[in-house]
Amino acid sequence: MADSMAPTAPQDGETRRDFLQLVTGAFAAVGVGAVVWPFISSMNPARDVLALSTTEVDLTPIATGSAVTVMWRGKPVFVRNRTAEEIQVARQVPLSQLPDPATDQSRVKKDQWLVLVGVCTHLGCVPLGQKPTDPRGDYGGWFCPCHGSHYDTSGRIRKGPAPTNLLVPEYAFTSDTQIRVG
Amino acid sequence: MATGLHKSDVANPVLRWIDARLPVITLMQKEYGTFPTPRNFNYLWNFGALAMVNLLVMIATGVVLAMHYTPHVSMAFDSVERIMRDVNYGWLLRYVHANGASMFFIVVYIHIWRGLYYGSYKAPRELLWMLGVVIFLLMMATAFMGYVLPWGQMSFWGATVITNLFSAIPLVGESIVTWLWGGFSVDNPTLNRFFSLHYLLPFVIFGVVFLHVAALHITGSNNPLGIDPKGPQDTLPFHPYYTAKDSVGLVVYFIVFAVLVFFFPNMLGHADNYIPANPLVTPPHIVPEWYFLPFYAILRAIPDKLGGVLMMFGAIAVLFVLPWLDTSPIRSMRFRPVARVALFIWLLSFLVLLYCGGKPPDEPFVTISRIATLYYFAYFLVILPLLGRLERPLPLPESIAMPVLRGGGPLPAGAMSKPMEKA
Repeated sequence: MADSMAPTAPQDGETRRDFLQLVTGAFAAVGVGAVVWPFISSMNPARDVLALSTTEVDLTPIATGSAVTVMWRGKPVFVRNRTAEEIQVARQVPLSQLPDPATDQSRVKKDQWLVLVGVCTHLGCVPLGQKPTDPRGDYGGWFCPCHGSHYDTSGRIRKGPAPTNLLVPEYAFTSDTQIRVG
Repeated sequence: MATGLHKSDVANPVLRWIDARLPVITLMQKEYGTFPTPRNFNYLWNFGALAMVNLLVMIATGVVLAMHYTPHVSMAFDSVERIMRDVNYGWLLRYVHANGASMFFIVVYIHIWRGLYYGSYKAPRELLWMLGVVIFLLMMATAFMGYVLPWGQMSFWGATVITNLFSAIPLVGESIVTWLWGGFSVDNPTLNRFFSLHYLLPFVIFGVVFLHVAALHITGSNNPLGIDPKGPQDTLPFHPYYTAKDSVGLVVYFIVFAVLVFFFPNMLGHADNYIPANPLVTPPHIVPEWYFLPFYAILRAIPDKLGGVLMMFGAIAVLFVLPWLDTSPIRSMRFRPVARVALFIWLLSFLVLLYCGGKPPDEPFVTISRIATLYYFAYFLVILPLLGRLERPLPLPESIAMPVLRGGGPLPAGAMSKPMEKA
């Protein structure tokens, strides 16, 4: 009995056993993955969070040289009405001097209006520079107090640990004096 | 006696009945009663027991605090203030829990220092040490999430900065951060999951502590001389000798703890955390809790985002491989004149980083942090591997009993083995 059950060619038997182990292992891995995925996925943003709200901003009260902060997706958005001098300074910088090169023109839709997500690209603090009394850093834009990143008047990183420029969100001018962020 | 039962020698018949079926009494007697322990422990060997007690204090106060706490962005801050003002002894429970976290890190830092100084990470205790590093990491995760729960300004911005560390990972970083947040910023889903995990992780820590202690009871404890016990003359039963010694340390520990809780309950906290969280305003000077400052200083010392994050995690990851970086077979720094000095300078660099981490990211603190960071890593990656080959250690004593008994009294044959070989 025992003899008849023993595989005649040991190599064949090993191959078949290996195959069965692989198939069983593969099914188990797929099964575990299928069960684990809902747990992981549930931690991603829920549908109500994903239902992106848009934020309308009225530009009329923002005087030249001042800025407002609005909330969009739980984050601050900076809307700055830049002075001619600030625009000029931002455009005179050679791109070779920028850690994350981008022209000022590529970051605005209308020269005077700069719209940025007000979250430092280093570790997510809100940079200072919105209020006239705030420190604006070495380049006249924004200064992140957490780890000392300096942004210029185009919201580009100039000095400090932040790797990229302040993000420009999706936005559109719905009229000459109104924008919709998102 | 029926077969399959444990042969118990407990005198009380009821306890013996239990012990025969579930030999917990025999186990405790073996592991904490007669357990042979080196006779030359100093008070630095209190801190493992103190950490265990501290974990139990944190779980006890935390379970009760959770009965009064509401994990919702609009109610969390007020529910904590309600605990402080309206809940019976709520102020006491919260101050014990908050300062208990600080005490836990003080105790564990001293415990780690003990391991570094007396070479407790070396063979055969490598896995014991690595389990300890796992516990340390779990503690940091738990403490971080616990600090977020009161939903003050430091809670919110601490959570923002720390979760943003993961955005430094190339390609998938942003997706991971969104997944951690459950949204597009630190918000209610984040607070909910942090509360859930903050309740879970201490029990995970408890599980790893069990493995840590289990591994300890296989290898036995290290001791201030760093040489192995050679026989019964070198050891004492754990009870009553070290239960008593630990109790003395425990009393001192509770005195320090009580002084913090009753006289300086907010000294180690930050005043800004009594301001409710505001996602639009970052406090001018955000700092993590004091026990994270050395690692925070390393993060800020590196002028590159990914590099800073890697160095910060590397500062702890390097501890995992420490048993293989230190090439010297001599455990105790008492017999390593050069490494001993290098280790004290390392302690200085750690304390300098702790100080600089709490300062604004300006000069001279950035430069000082860089020098201290360099030494922190150089000690592990350059000095220890080289010293194992270059250093000439002092002669080791022949046995634990010899220096303890000051050479008095003859020892049993076999106890007097050859002096340990030098490197």
